[in-house]
Amino acid sequence: MSSETTTTIPQAAAEPPSGPATPKKRAPQGHRRLLTRRDRITLGLMAGVPTVLHVALVWVTALASIALAFTSWDGIGFGSITWVGLDNFKQLFSDNPQFWPAVQHNVIWFVVLILIPTPFGLFLAVQLDKRIRFSRVYQTAFFLPVVVSLAVTGFVWQLVYNPDTGLINSLVGANEPGHYIDWIGDPDLNLWAVLVAASWRHAGYMMILYLAGLKSVDPALREASALDGANEWQTFRNVVFPTLRPTNTVVLVVTIIEALRAFDLVFVFNKGAQGTELLSILVTNNIIGESSRIGYGSAIAVVLLVISLAVIVPYLIATFRKERRA
Amino acid sequence: MPGTTRRTVLRGLGGAAVLGAGIPLLSACAGNSASSDTKTVTVGSNASDAVPKKAYGDVYAAFTKQSGIEVTLNTKDHNTFQEQINSYLQGTPDDVFQWFAGYRMQFFAEKGLATPIDDVWKTIGGNFPPAMHDLSKGQDGKYYLVPLTTSPWAVFYRKSVFEKHGYEVPTTWDAYVALCRRMKKDGLVPIAYGDKDAWPAMGSFDQINFRLNGYDFHVELMAGKASWTDAKVRKVFDTWAETLPYHQEGAVGRTWQDAAQTLVAKKAGMYMLGMFVAQQFTDKADLDDLDFFAFPEIDPAYGQDTVEAPTDGIMLSKKPRNHAGSVKLLEFLGTPQAEETYLKADPSLIAASSKADTSAYSALQKKAYAMISGAKHLTQFMDRDSRPDFTSTVMQPALQKFVRDPKGIDGLLSSIERQKKTIFASG
Repeated sequence: MSSETTTTIPQAAAEPPSGPATPKKRAPQGHRRLLTRRDRITLGLMAGVPTVLHVALVWVTALASIALAFTSWDGIGFGSITWVGLDNFKQLFSDNPQFWPAVQHNVIWFVVLILIPTPFGLFLAVQLDKRIRFSRVYQTAFFLPVVVSLAVTGFVWQLVYNPDTGLINSLVGANEPGHYIDWIGDPDLNLWAVLVAASWRHAGYMMILYLAGLKSVDPALREASALDGANEWQTFRNVVFPTLRPTNTVVLVVTIIEALRAFDLVFVFNKGAQGTELLSILVTNNIIGESSRIGYGSAIAVVLLVISLAVIVPYLIATFRKERRA
Repeated sequence: MPGTTRRTVLRGLGGAAVLGAGIPLLSACAGNSASSDTKTVTVGSNASDAVPKKAYGDVYAAFTKQSGIEVTLNTKDHNTFQEQINSYLQGTPDDVFQWFAGYRMQFFAEKGLATPIDDVWKTIGGNFPPAMHDLSKGQDGKYYLVPLTTSPWAVFYRKSVFEKHGYEVPTTWDAYVALCRRMKKDGLVPIAYGDKDAWPAMGSFDQINFRLNGYDFHVELMAGKASWTDAKVRKVFDTWAETLPYHQEGAVGRTWQDAAQTLVAKKAGMYMLGMFVAQQFTDKADLDDLDFFAFPEIDPAYGQDTVEAPTDGIMLSKKPRNHAGSVKLLEFLGTPQAEETYLKADPSLIAASSKADTSAYSALQKKAYAMISGAKHLTQFMDRDSRPDFTSTVMQPALQKFVRDPKGIDGLLSSIERQKKTIFASG
């Protein structure tokens, strides 16, 4: 079979032979000579330009959008920015009928992704890791949805879900008046319909991550557990799964990010209408357009940022602590 | 050795400098033809669909032939154009740009992003009926738009279906509801409906609102002056709810194109939409079978005097590079000949000018023309008559909610009113 399914660990590349003697350094001629004026300017620019670009394109924009969250601005000329304090947030929390559903849907998105496609991806990875026949074919089939852009995924699933001409309703005859299933418009159905599509993709993604993780499980451990008489399930539960800990962390982080940035699939599906509202879509709807509510949209973006930070900061702290200990 | 390194570094820096310079260029990419000569006029166009694109192309070619002034066309995808219009007009826009009449035009006029064209209207004014004059003015009373094409919203149906069942065109609300009831009994979907794109429901609201409460109330409500919790608005929703059971099921999950297909397939009896519904009738025989009637009268005080007729036209940007040439182009576009040239290639619309030759019109176009020229008032459409930020972020989801589940109207209306107040209070 293919080399991917073998369990041998590739040997670390042999140490490269040490090259010929390093070119002779010029004798140091004092600090001033080492770096000429021109050198210093050059180095200053080398460090300066990327810093300026980074600060301008990342930090200034992020901080500007936080600042804009406390203003009202239609995006036309800087003169029209007016300071409104916490008004945008007050409106968001009390008057916007789409805000709380959006928060709720982002949470549901995460819960569903972590409970259904993630274990399924792990299951597929374990099966594929067993050197079964045609594993390359299966691997490709399950991974295909990940390669396709989510916007395209959205179009494909729309063809499946279209209530009048779609695959499902045509097969079960649910496109007739009287017993009509509105997969896209019914708020009790559409979120789940779109989550099926999201899971379809997420499972393949998780499978690849776990497959990589399984490759790094030391075969000696499996051998030892087999000698101890453990069956397949016991080996997986007590030996293999614990060694997947670093992979699980990656999977958790990736899934959280996927849940927070969920956008394209829904935008193509029904633009976040009744039942599929998401924070990212509310941001877009308020900021993009001919007369934008940039302040209000920024306020929603800030809420999304705070949620992301609340999730990511503890993770980073934990990771750094581990590194420091190591 | 250090010399080469330095040179490489500097070369890299040069690259970075180019990159840095490229950033402002990106935002200004709309003005790709920075021609300052007087022999060229640049046009920003949203006519990205094949039919209108060709039609506009023909019009501009005719202008070049007549005046010797070249037209550089900068066509962008229709929706992208709309989404970017804000930054486009603040950057370096083309000399003239295609846009919509109504509040959407007035908004940019008020922000100083368009140049008044009263001088153009001195020449072309006689070609247009009074309603078009009103539609082309900003809130300051100056002209900002040359209207080119328009088309009405009405109730579309198939003549053969009406003949087969012996239906008569309803002119009053009661007759309309009775017809719906009969159609349902006959196994038809009385009213085809699709609101997946969220804007068609705004058209339904408009029709019932100005039939029930009149044109003036429509204007007040759209301008944010009247209250959405007013009993008059409540009555619109109650009236609408009366017919909802006769609308096609599952509207929020269906596009207008799919809904139109049920009319094409003779499964639906009627469809209240703009005249562009004709685009879905690709078979010539089907198209000839298509007819429409004005939305029925609800309150005799207002009769059927208002017609919703979204109008497209062209505006002059804030600092046109070639002012004189642009004026010439706008004057040309205001002539009946220009409109005739356009309509020859795109027969799904009618001319905004009352002088354009109607002899080449199809029966449908002639009827639409008669309806618009006989109207006392022309409205544009909810999202063209009101603040687009209000209609897109508040009204679209609210109306979808209503269409799907008409219960709880009072809560919905007070939510709309609360959100409206904060949006209209800002800028």
